[in-house]
Amino acid sequence: MTLWQQAITILMCVLGTMLTRFLPFLVFSSRRPTPKYIQYLGQVLPGAIFAMLVVYCLRNVSPLQYSYGLPELIAIAVTIGLHLWKRQMLLSIAGGTVCYMLLVQWVFV
Amino acid sequence: MKKALICAFPHTIPIFAGFWFLGMTYGIYMNVSGFSFWYPLIMSLTIFGGSLEFVAVSMLLSPFAPLQVFIMTLMIQARHLFYGISMLDKFKGMGWKKPYLIFGMCDETFSINYTAEIPENVDRGWFYFWVTLLNRFYWVSGATIGGILGNFITFNTKGLDFVMTAMFVVIFMEQWLKEKHHASEWIGLGSSVACLVLFGADSFLVPTMICILVLLTALQKPLKQKGEAVA
Repeated sequence: MTLWQQAITILMCVLGTMLTRFLPFLVFSSRRPTPKYIQYLGQVLPGAIFAMLVVYCLRNVSPLQYSYGLPELIAIAVTIGLHLWKRQMLLSIAGGTVCYMLLVQWVFV
Repeated sequence: MKKALICAFPHTIPIFAGFWFLGMTYGIYMNVSGFSFWYPLIMSLTIFGGSLEFVAVSMLLSPFAPLQVFIMTLMIQARHLFYGISMLDKFKGMGWKKPYLIFGMCDETFSINYTAEIPENVDRGWFYFWVTLLNRFYWVSGATIGGILGNFITFNTKGLDFVMTAMFVVIFMEQWLKEKHHASEWIGLGSSVACLVLFGADSFLVPTMICILVLLTALQKPLKQKGEAVA
């Protein structure tokens, strides 16, 4: 690729990304009231989205090959446990991450 | 404004750890793929979407195909449509900050801005603004440092990227604990897992989003009734 072709390729990535980010705000202007159906979606979507993002983070875990997704499973259990116990976001995240790092560096090598 | 910064910063600490790690990994990846640090710097500033930037490296190394790149981008980034729909009302009346908030709304920024419980004496607009700006700063600086230092960095940080997974787990739990009915969460989990098994790790996002939309639309009546019963 020439420098220009590279620039256009990057520009395409920028345009595509911005289109997905700005489109809802362009279609549903803030001057007119948002349609009921879209309001409904705005309310119920986040729960489903956060679930999707968790699965997205774990998409490359293979439960049938060595380590069998066990480090991830244990570390998520620790994260959930900590969060139910203290409900301190930073503590739960740090605890789960440290647990995962110890597991992949020392246990499931 | 200052108060909003003090209030916003703690929310972004996990992102700082995650973005520096992932951003540096991305910068290093670009470096070893033969690109100078200008590439990760410019790309992280303008695209600001982690997973796409990783894919863009291989697209830059392939033959020139702008239309294909554009379509690929739309498919990887389609989930942002959902973020926009969820933020429509929250971003109302944000004035000059609004375009920037939309421009910088990556997965992590959306998740924090959507779920954070902002104290009443803190300006919501500035809170959103600082979260967006800080997160973007972490990512761009990480990517640039990675691009400059390249292969000088030796890794003893294996597994640190789990910080992002842990963060989304916690955000998911917060959402779960906030709501009385979990139909939406179950739909999201079920659709994602089913589509992951069916379509594989590289192409399950778009089918998952279609599934979620179809199911939520089909269940609109019962879900709305439940919601009203609670309110």
